[in-house]
Amino acid sequence: MKIINLDHISANPILPEIKDVMIKAIQQDYANPSSQHKSGEQAAEALVKARKSVAKLINCAVEKEIVFTSGGTESINHAIKGVALANADKGKHIITSNIEHNAVIRSIRRLKSAGYKVTSISVDNQCRVNPQDVADAICDETILVSIMHSNNETGTIQPIEEIGKLTKEKKVIFHTDAVDSVGIVPIDVQKLGVDLLSFASNTFYGPAGVGGLYIRRGSRVFPLLDGGVQEHNKRAGAENLIGIIGMGKAAQLARQDMDKRLAHVKEIKEKILKQLPDYIDEYIINTHPEYSLPSLLSISLKYIEGESVMLMLDDENIAVSTRSACATGSLRASHVLMSLGLNHADAQGTLVISFGVDNTKEDVDRFLTALKNAVTTLRDISPLYNKRNSSG
Amino acid sequence: MYNETVMDHFRNPRNVGVLEDADGVGEVGNPICGDMMTVYLKIKDDCIKDIRFQTFGCGSAIAVSSMLTEIAKGKSLNDAKNITNMDVAEALEGLPTNKLHCSNLGADALQLAIKDYEDKKAGITKPAPIRVEKHEHTHGDKCYCPYCDIEISENVTFCEACQSNLEEHHH
Repeated sequence: MKIINLDHISANPILPEIKDVMIKAIQQDYANPSSQHKSGEQAAEALVKARKSVAKLINCAVEKEIVFTSGGTESINHAIKGVALANADKGKHIITSNIEHNAVIRSIRRLKSAGYKVTSISVDNQCRVNPQDVADAICDETILVSIMHSNNETGTIQPIEEIGKLTKEKKVIFHTDAVDSVGIVPIDVQKLGVDLLSFASNTFYGPAGVGGLYIRRGSRVFPLLDGGVQEHNKRAGAENLIGIIGMGKAAQLARQDMDKRLAHVKEIKEKILKQLPDYIDEYIINTHPEYSLPSLLSISLKYIEGESVMLMLDDENIAVSTRSACATGSLRASHVLMSLGLNHADAQGTLVISFGVDNTKEDVDRFLTALKNAVTTLRDISPLYNKRNSSG
Repeated sequence: MYNETVMDHFRNPRNVGVLEDADGVGEVGNPICGDMMTVYLKIKDDCIKDIRFQTFGCGSAIAVSSMLTEIAKGKSLNDAKNITNMDVAEALEGLPTNKLHCSNLGADALQLAIKDYEDKKAGITKPAPIRVEKHEHTHGDKCYCPYCDIEISENVTFCEACQSNLEEHHH
């Protein structure tokens, strides 16, 4: 039975055209782009070509503003720690939100233990930050605002453009973690008004282990890695050229096919939302109806726990993700779902369904049938469902 | 992630359900901890004649519940009292380290159900069990942070390791 991938948020397959380009690059035995001999120059040309392609994807006019990294996590660490270290003489106050990815949370936590002060903004019950809260939190000491573009658990998209206007006005550096957005939805760094933006190649079907950080010219940011002068002195270490070439191709395809891909995932999302009530009852949709990734749905299934559902779907060769406590290796209910105001039981019963170019309408039918079976079986076992029945 | 024995008990849980005329009922856990289990006992001649369970929880919690009922079924109450969490985990041929806490659920619920039976028999009446939204250390062993699973001391309101606030959870 074909494996249905409804877990694109965790990993994406590398598209065949991208694989081909990467295999060709491996066979060419590229040299170090910093070398001045012929093969080095050939490698440098490939690097420039990839950088141009990636810059175009986020409408960055000056391609030197793109720094290639080892992925989203490095980009985020670079942005946050780099800004904090470079601007410590101006102040030590950082503003973020309650729903960030661990790469942001833990980078900021590290800075907190080094004496930085942090304001973490709450979201409303639809997972959105109110830009006014950011404005209110900015003080003379504020050097950085870091708010994610889209949330990896609920898919909710934040009002980045509005926040960008505020930070520009107050002359505070603004970073956005756009790892789950770039290549999926149109991103325009000029329109968003951000100073730094983190993204990753695998989000748009490129290889994992390579990503990018947009750094607006003139922003004060220290490198995370010190060493050679690669990446215009912003990121030391010989480039992962094969990965970067793959990312360049992925960016080109993402830009070219963006409308087609968006229409496809929107259709799948609408089909799931429309048909879900025919299959199950008593669930909560955590994804914002308007401001959200078209490729992701977060569903909290009442009275049951997410990992059990995930395992049952896996038995039917359907891959989904769960943000329930157990699946993350700790007992912790997702901090994102808790900040939406979900109760613990509902947060534990949450599935994240994320789809992509390889999914079909038939996949949705198979998923909904399997989901119904899993939910029925698990509710039969659940003492919470039992109580709910006996109490009325 | 799980071995075949665990997956077998997860896929085909034994003794699922409710005994309407149960002689003893034990309930442990709550959704804050991630798992919740209710055990129902039917006792005859001081032996567990029938046992059923209901569980809200992950794959491991369901497998633990199922295995527990298999081990306990037919045992004398004295023997059943000696069933430990480790017995259940061993019968399942091991659980992932971060899931070992789930095995606590099973034996705890069984011990509470036996106590409920003995209390009733001794004429000790108590109100019907209600779900307690507090973390209870019925297993009497070490205490772990509910968020990062690091060992913590009782009554702390803050986990140093993951910087989580435990007040809501941990009075």
